[in-house]
Amino acid sequence: MKKQDILILYLSNSSLESKVIGWARHYGDKKKIGMAGDNDSPPYERGIEAIHDGWRLFQSSQLEQHSKGDEYRTGYLKYEFFFEKIK
Amino acid sequence: MKKRKKNNFLLTDNQMAEFVSKGYLIFENIIDNKTNKKFLSEIGNTSTSLNKKNADQTWLAEHYNEIMKSSKIPLVKAGTPLKKAYKKNSALNDVINNPVLSGAIKSLVGDRPKLDHHFLHITFPSKYYHDANQKISQGNHNDCVIDPREKTFDIQLFYFPTAVEKNMGGTRYIPGSHFRMVNELAIARYHNIRGQKHVVCPAGTVIIFHHNIWHGAGINNSKKIRYGFKIRLMPTQKQVKLWTKKTYKNNHDEEALYWNKGIEKNSIKEILQKTEPWFEADSGRLDILNRIRLWRHITNDKNFDAAYWLTRIENDYN
Repeated sequence: MKKQDILILYLSNSSLESKVIGWARHYGDKKKIGMAGDNDSPPYERGIEAIHDGWRLFQSSQLEQHSKGDEYRTGYLKYEFFFEKIK
Repeated sequence: MKKRKKNNFLLTDNQMAEFVSKGYLIFENIIDNKTNKKFLSEIGNTSTSLNKKNADQTWLAEHYNEIMKSSKIPLVKAGTPLKKAYKKNSALNDVINNPVLSGAIKSLVGDRPKLDHHFLHITFPSKYYHDANQKISQGNHNDCVIDPREKTFDIQLFYFPTAVEKNMGGTRYIPGSHFRMVNELAIARYHNIRGQKHVVCPAGTVIIFHHNIWHGAGINNSKKIRYGFKIRLMPTQKQVKLWTKKTYKNNHDEEALYWNKGIEKNSIKEILQKTEPWFEADSGRLDILNRIRLWRHITNDKNFDAAYWLTRIENDYN
């Protein structure tokens, strides 16, 4: 049975070429667990390197207009990219 | 230390700016060993053998309950003034009255804060758990629901009575994340963030966090129990110039941008503009704006600016 591995990258801007600032790994193999704080070093320096390494991009976040009166409020990370590898 | 006047332990401008910028201040080894031992003894049951062969998660849960029932840590009603929270001769009273910590508390939340809650976190070595869920670290979160306050902040003292070694899974935290308005574990998807830190410290260390900082507990891969006592304090007054009587000038000479000799090292402006490794290119700038806004508030220096960040967008003639 083929299984899906997931890589989630957060980038410093909306371009795949930009720097990785956050990341998470999830595994189809249930013996492996991805969890918070499991690695202090990013798997790639830039988002595009995941593509070069065979990850398939299947979702990325939209650019959203800043709502009036809330333009300077910061919150969740904005540039989220989901990748997969089927093994 | 005892000869110094209490006020001499108030935070400096630079320490306050560090707190505004990073969202925490670390006081390493600030509590003496005698007090640390006294605290552990007041918890009770801390000498229970970790080599207990039949220990499993049921035993651990019972052990935790025993500690909660028998320890001398008092039940303190939410909203109790800090001054009335702990008995005079108790270890926790010694901790909050440590001159440096007492000065820091006063500087950040004033001299009459209320206790929101306190809690003893005990993290047992993961090998005692057979449930896989207990072998997973705690997700990143902040300690509040959506908190819309922009100027008022609570503080959380994290007191570590024993040393926290690298393999003990000390609290992971994200410097500079305290302005980000999120809802608790909604950010758990962010497993790792560039620049994240993990508490590794000698016994007697206290870290004061802004209530909104992103953090989470790690897995304890050692053979030792990890203890952390948290005290959350809320102010009962405006957090303006609580650490100083200095009058901040309201008419500033602005520096040249960006063709200049660089920002003065260790100046307030430099501290407030230090970016974090995880800052997004765009929203990271907003975090800097929010730092400047908070600095203006706590100094009552309404025209303060750094690199013209706020002045530029306030120049509106309509």
